[in-house]
Amino acid sequence: MIRRTDIPFERDQSTRFLPWIVALMVFLGTLMFAVALLVSDAVETWDTTLTGRITIQVPLREAAPEKVEALVEILRSTDGIAAVRALPPDESRALLVPWLGEGVVGSGLPVPLLIDVEVAPGSRIDPVVLEARLVETIEGIAVDDHRAWLSALINLARTAELLALAILALIAASAVIAVVFTTRSGLAVHSAIIELLHQMGARDAYIAGQFQIQAMLLAARGGLGGAAAAGVVLLIFAWIGRGVESAFLPRLNLSVGDWLLLLVVPASAIAISMLTARMTVLRALARMP
Amino acid sequence: MLRFENVGMRYGVGPEVLRDVNFSLAPGSFHFLTGASGAGKTTLLKLMYLALRPTRGLVHIFDRDISLTPREELPALRQRIGVVFQDFRLIDHLSAVENVALPLRVAGAENVEINEHVRELLSWVGLGDRLDARPSTLSGGQQQRIAIARAVINRPSLLLADEPTGNVDDRIAVRLMYLFEELNRTGTTVVIATHSNALLDKFGHPVLRLNEGELTVQRGKPSATAKPS
Ligand SMILES: Nc1ncnc2c1ncn2[C@@H]1O[C@H](COP(=O)(O)OP(=O)(O)OP(=O)(O)O)[C@@H](O)[C@H]1O
Ligand SMILES: [Mg+2]
Repeated sequence: MIRRTDIPFERDQSTRFLPWIVALMVFLGTLMFAVALLVSDAVETWDTTLTGRITIQVPLREAAPEKVEALVEILRSTDGIAAVRALPPDESRALLVPWLGEGVVGSGLPVPLLIDVEVAPGSRIDPVVLEARLVETIEGIAVDDHRAWLSALINLARTAELLALAILALIAASAVIAVVFTTRSGLAVHSAIIELLHQMGARDAYIAGQFQIQAMLLAARGGLGGAAAAGVVLLIFAWIGRGVESAFLPRLNLSVGDWLLLLVVPASAIAISMLTARMTVLRALARMP
Repeated sequence: MLRFENVGMRYGVGPEVLRDVNFSLAPGSFHFLTGASGAGKTTLLKLMYLALRPTRGLVHIFDRDISLTPREELPALRQRIGVVFQDFRLIDHLSAVENVALPLRVAGAENVEINEHVRELLSWVGLGDRLDARPSTLSGGQQQRIAIARAVINRPSLLLADEPTGNVDDRIAVRLMYLFEELNRTGTTVVIATHSNALLDKFGHPVLRLNEGELTVQRGKPSATAKPS
């Protein structure tokens, strides 16, 4: 006779659907959250590797060692520049391989000399001003801080991320509605025993606690199922994407930290269900004398 | 222990079911409540067990004015009141033992403690062999005894029973009355609503009589009080 709850929820038809609803929502929610995380990771990678860096292209015909040496000296003495490094031709070529392929790059394609400039943290270097100054030393030099295309890309990514989070919020709202209706129907089905418990001096929190336990069990069943299904989908996705190597797409697989963060979705589903059930019951009981 | 002052009660916009009800129950007293069907016995009991609030007048229970008692403090008062409902209100998904155990669970007792207590009491009311039966598989009289066991399991300060012997034969009725008297002897204030004049005569406790919504109190006949053997 050791029962979890006094209220016989196990006989209740109306609770059957809740785990499925929660499972579906957690499945979609986890995927949405994963998308948001991947985008956010990507943006961060672009941000940290490309900002704070300036690339200077020196046309090959102007790349005589002493000229380059003079240029590097000028750059080193410029305020706000932390490090300067002229890339050896092999390294410059290697950068182009993912874009043009081994064949083209290896066949003696003339590649400009690249100078990699690291901006000191907190400093800002205007590429236009820098270019104007350097052109005096070397004709045809080009200074690029990747801002133009990077900021458009980051904007797009941020928008996608916000959209994913907004969808996640809508899914959470639907979960609340589903739990409210399930709980209300539970209150109606079990009104006799609820009135009886109330008459025996059960506090509202005691009765609400029983609904809360029930909501937790249902949501846990659905939430863990939905999260597991989403995990499988993400693994398949990562497996299919394993061959894709691109400078644009940093990586399509989630870090261990991201995986743990994804567990926030089923955990929130369970917490939201418990809290919603509790509030719904407390509001209904407040009407009793 | 319990006091009604000029209590009036109406359901919705209907006529007054109770009018100017005045009475008080001393701690440890034993009263019958009687009156024709529809006279308002159940309504009066509901006011006493705090399921209804009067439309006018004052209800004092355990020396508290109910209209001034905050809602959060009512559960503690209700836990001290045992009720046998006219329609039993047993929960059919629960076994006899589980039904009787409910008030103990609500009061936060341990499971082991509950088990022993409940089985003992159910045996006492003659249901020792139907402990795990569902209420719907039991006779009306057996259900009534479960309802009574549930009302007294917590040794309430106030026991209110609405027709508790309506469905049992005379022999069991007397046995149940002894149970109530036993409880009364340990300090519980008892009110039993009944139609049975035989019961009133046999036990001779004071009588609250309802007639068309008005209440009169009749003193008991001490000599007639039955003693358990
Ligand atoms: N919930 C309700 N709504 C409206 N009227 C009610 C309600 N409950 C009882 N009444 C009315 O109040 C009056 C008293 O009813 P009550 O149940 O208190 O009588 P009673 O003395 O217990 O009768 P019985 O002996 O048949 O159980 C009746 O006229 C009944 O119709
Ligand atoms: Mg009645």
